[in-house]
Amino acid sequence: MNVRLAAALLCLISPPVFAQGFAGLGTEAGGFAVPENPLTFDFPADHGPHPEFRIEWWYLTATLTAPDGTDYGVQWTLFRSALAPMTAEGWEAPQLWMGHAGLTTPEAHFSAERLARGGIGQAGVTPDPFAAWIDDWAMVARDPVSGDALDALALTARGMEFAYALSLTANGPLIFHGDAGYSVKSAEGQASAYYSQPFYTVTGTITLPEGDVPVTGSAWLDREWSSQPLSEAQEGWDWVSLQFDDGARLMGFSLREADGGRYTSATWIEADGTTQAYPDGALRMTPLAEAQVAGRSVPVEWRVELPDRGLDVTTTPLNPQSWMDVTVSYWEGPIRIAGTHPGRGYLEMTGYE
Amino acid sequence: MVYTAVLTLLSHWRRHPGQLLTLVAGLALATALWSGVQAINAEARASYAEAAATLGQDQLSRLSRADGRPVPLADYIALRRAGYLVSPVISGELRDGPARLRLLGIDPLTAPPQTGAPALEGEALDLAAFFTAPGLLLMTDETAAGALPPDLPPIVLRDTVPPGAAITDIGTAARLLGQADPNYLLVAADQPAGLPPLDEARDLRLQGPSTTADIGSLTDSFHLNLTAFGLLSFAVGLFIVHAAIGLAFEQRRATVRTLRALGLPLRTTLVAFGLELAGLALFSGALGLVLGYAIAAALMPGVAGTLRGLYGASIPGTLSFDPVWALSAIGMTLAGAGLAGLQALRRAAQMPILAPANPRAWAQASARSMRMQALAAGTLLAVGVGFAVVGGSLEAGFATLAALLLGAALILPATLGLILRLASRSARGALSEWIFADTRQQLPGLSLALMALLLALAANIGVSTMVGSFRETFTGWLDQRLAPELYLSIADPGEAESLLAFVRPRAEAVLPIVSTEIPLAGRPGEVFGQVDHATYRDHWPLLAAAPGAWDRVADGEALLINEQLARFAGLTLGDVLEITPDLSLPIAGVYSDYGNPTAQASVTLTRFTETFPDVPVTRFALRVPPEDAPALASALRDDYGLPPDGVVNQAQIKRFSLSVFEQTFSITGALNVLTLGVAAFALLTSLLTLATLRLPQLAPVWALGLTRARLARIEVVRSLILGALTFALALPVGLMLAWVLLAIVNVEAFGWRLPMTLFPIDWLRLFALAMLAAALAAALPALRLARLSPTTLLKVFAHER
Repeated sequence: MNVRLAAALLCLISPPVFAQGFAGLGTEAGGFAVPENPLTFDFPADHGPHPEFRIEWWYLTATLTAPDGTDYGVQWTLFRSALAPMTAEGWEAPQLWMGHAGLTTPEAHFSAERLARGGIGQAGVTPDPFAAWIDDWAMVARDPVSGDALDALALTARGMEFAYALSLTANGPLIFHGDAGYSVKSAEGQASAYYSQPFYTVTGTITLPEGDVPVTGSAWLDREWSSQPLSEAQEGWDWVSLQFDDGARLMGFSLREADGGRYTSATWIEADGTTQAYPDGALRMTPLAEAQVAGRSVPVEWRVELPDRGLDVTTTPLNPQSWMDVTVSYWEGPIRIAGTHPGRGYLEMTGYE
Repeated sequence: MVYTAVLTLLSHWRRHPGQLLTLVAGLALATALWSGVQAINAEARASYAEAAATLGQDQLSRLSRADGRPVPLADYIALRRAGYLVSPVISGELRDGPARLRLLGIDPLTAPPQTGAPALEGEALDLAAFFTAPGLLLMTDETAAGALPPDLPPIVLRDTVPPGAAITDIGTAARLLGQADPNYLLVAADQPAGLPPLDEARDLRLQGPSTTADIGSLTDSFHLNLTAFGLLSFAVGLFIVHAAIGLAFEQRRATVRTLRALGLPLRTTLVAFGLELAGLALFSGALGLVLGYAIAAALMPGVAGTLRGLYGASIPGTLSFDPVWALSAIGMTLAGAGLAGLQALRRAAQMPILAPANPRAWAQASARSMRMQALAAGTLLAVGVGFAVVGGSLEAGFATLAALLLGAALILPATLGLILRLASRSARGALSEWIFADTRQQLPGLSLALMALLLALAANIGVSTMVGSFRETFTGWLDQRLAPELYLSIADPGEAESLLAFVRPRAEAVLPIVSTEIPLAGRPGEVFGQVDHATYRDHWPLLAAAPGAWDRVADGEALLINEQLARFAGLTLGDVLEITPDLSLPIAGVYSDYGNPTAQASVTLTRFTETFPDVPVTRFALRVPPEDAPALASALRDDYGLPPDGVVNQAQIKRFSLSVFEQTFSITGALNVLTLGVAAFALLTSLLTLATLRLPQLAPVWALGLTRARLARIEVVRSLILGALTFALALPVGLMLAWVLLAIVNVEAFGWRLPMTLFPIDWLRLFALAMLAAALAAALPALRLARLSPTTLLKVFAHER
């Protein structure tokens, strides 16, 4: 597929991570549903797709460690983008799917992408038993589970030079961002439905060109859907998921606006899953150092502050070259956290194309 | 100094504008025909290459089912879910009466990068519209402007789509063609690590990338044909140039001697000649390019029609300008002019500096050089026969043609000389003896032009014999093969029941016609299923048949194949042909099948439906008393409600088939006329050259009392006699040519052999044309001679030439 088409496709398909050139998604919902506050969730149905909304994703990141102490990072994402607020069987189903897989080592970063259309079984998500797949990439419920449908998952993906097969077990509840899952994304009020499962422990194998490596670690799954998540003025976003050594977690994002302004949002997650959402301005994210990545300058080190929680940390990437070389590219990779709350996490930066 | 020398040489043309015109016209004509043909070929080849590169077929492997049926959607999904990077394509043709549109439905989401999906680049495409109903069709503006089936989705113009085709989303193609299963899967060149090889994956057949397009190899013959004509025309054009340059050189002997005597070095003289020639060649070449482009543009629609009709190859009916083409044509002109001027340059180089500026008739061919030429001719003819015997390829066929033509041309002067010598024995009286002697003396000067005439005449006879044989055989075959009076087609297979209920009481017989495309013996082919009926038994011309062939086919124990398949695959009666792994039958008969380059096999309908249960029967042939056919046709349209193009009568099909062939041969005809015209022009220039040089020979005869008018008449008659003799020699050469075309080239190119039919009426017409050409060519020199001032003739004596 040519790049221009893919770029155009991604304009249809992309989540707010691809904020640039986001016409069509930023402003108009055009016949699609929009999240209304208050949201009511219905599980396991809401783990499945919401075709009446324009975009949706199942976004998993994992920070992993090998027996020799080497750190790794894994990303597995399935995006859904609707051309029309409906589903159908067959070739003409107006639902497009995109998968991204990433694998980061201290020396290398691998990425892969898959595209598919709905209606023919090549890609899709079923809520119960839970299965999300595109081609042979899959995130499926591992065993019949007693708790939430997402509590035990098997995760696989394969690129040209890498593969991974991980087993995920949740040991905490689902958490909801913003106002009970209603996550506001701009001062004008654009919002999405947003919840996470940030409490996975992981075991499994990653396959590098040099061979298989057994790994263990933790993972974080984000679920989000919307129809017009970004304001027209927003150019990109910087997003972190931080897992502190004391068991608490933080989700924070900072949306960059064309005039240099920022819109920030954060969710503090206690080790037991209780959350506190912070409105615009509570979280501060300041770039500290830039690196040349794929021919552009990207801020790979950050200072993250949440004064209300006494949080003041700096993040450094496992591999500054964690560039997702997909049709609309972005930076996504594991980070280390130092400062008041040491730990590990994942950083995603979009709109630096 | 070079500048002055060139100016001096060029001054000659100012005094002889007619000669300049001849030279320029000769070069321009040669360039025009050659470059025109090249332009057509290049356009067509580019179009094939584009078609081959469509969807990356030239780089990507494909997966398809061995039985030619579509790949079930579930199989495609299973391959994707197993991790293989394959991408589905739904292709098919939309038809509505004469309107045709090939649809290529692709899935841009999974298409490998090599697919290029070129049409998706460029102007921003409304992708939501591309992916959702009604979808978008991408096609060239030429396709869009042509006849298209009705009710199509909106069209977006893209000039990279093959002619006659539209690229669209697979969803749109699926809806328009009523087919959910992909016809084949494109296989990405690189597959993810750790997967077993794809050819073990399923019961699908993995085909490697096709490096040469099938259509390209099918149409090779057609293009070789055009190229041969182009070369022939070029050669004939060079005869003209040779004559004109030779003349100009003879006339400038004095100038050259003077220049040399004034101290111009030989090298500079040659450089000046070369520069002059190059300048003229460049100018004429450019002129020829314009002409060639015009010729090609004029022929292009016909060529496109032919290729579509004969081979199903779609090429645009318009011509694009290619600078490489222009450069190569100019290069060819320069090379040709250089070749034609070589003799003149050599003479200039060898001329002693103080030699008398003595124009003389072209050197008489010595008996020795004549023998050498005859020897070369004999060798060439032997080589030609050798190629014909060894044969086996299209190239060998054309090599045979080239060797035969060239050999015949080379042997022409010797043969003419022999005939004249024999005829002169019967000459009575001084005048007729002089005429014979003088004609023989002129032969060397005229031989090149006569050789050109011979080539043109032989090509004409050969090609028209082939075309005539073709037409006669083909029309006879059509009459025989198209026995059913009416042909019906329906769009919806579900309609078959009600249609049959309607026609059964009204027709003597209803014969279902069903076919599917499937490779046969490794070539593109088609399998037909047919019922056992007298229509086939009585009317299908079997070239070879085993005993009880029709009964064995009817029992499902054997099959019939067409002549093409038999020849290509070397199959004979009794051999077993595998159509699918489940269907292998012995061959009981070979039928002739003109007008179709693909392989065909025919089995009984029962066998066919067993093997291809998914192929619906949508076509029927009806037998009715011929006088009832029109009434039934209108009843089917008016009472039953078949669309107008759903009923076709036999006569319509015949007309259509014949029109395709007429179109093919109209191109050949046009090139034929052009070649003959060029040859006549060559004769004219040669005669003009000789007319000037021959004054010393004519002056004494005139002084002895022959009037100028009588001399002029003799000139015309002589030209006619030479023309007639050349024609007489061209006739056998032309027939030989026809035989090679029919028995070697056709068999290689199309896979069928046609019986040769002779058309003496055509020969008479051509003879008249040849005489006309000879007379016209001689007219101008004769007229000049008749009006020659006596002082000019007297000067011959005064100057003691």
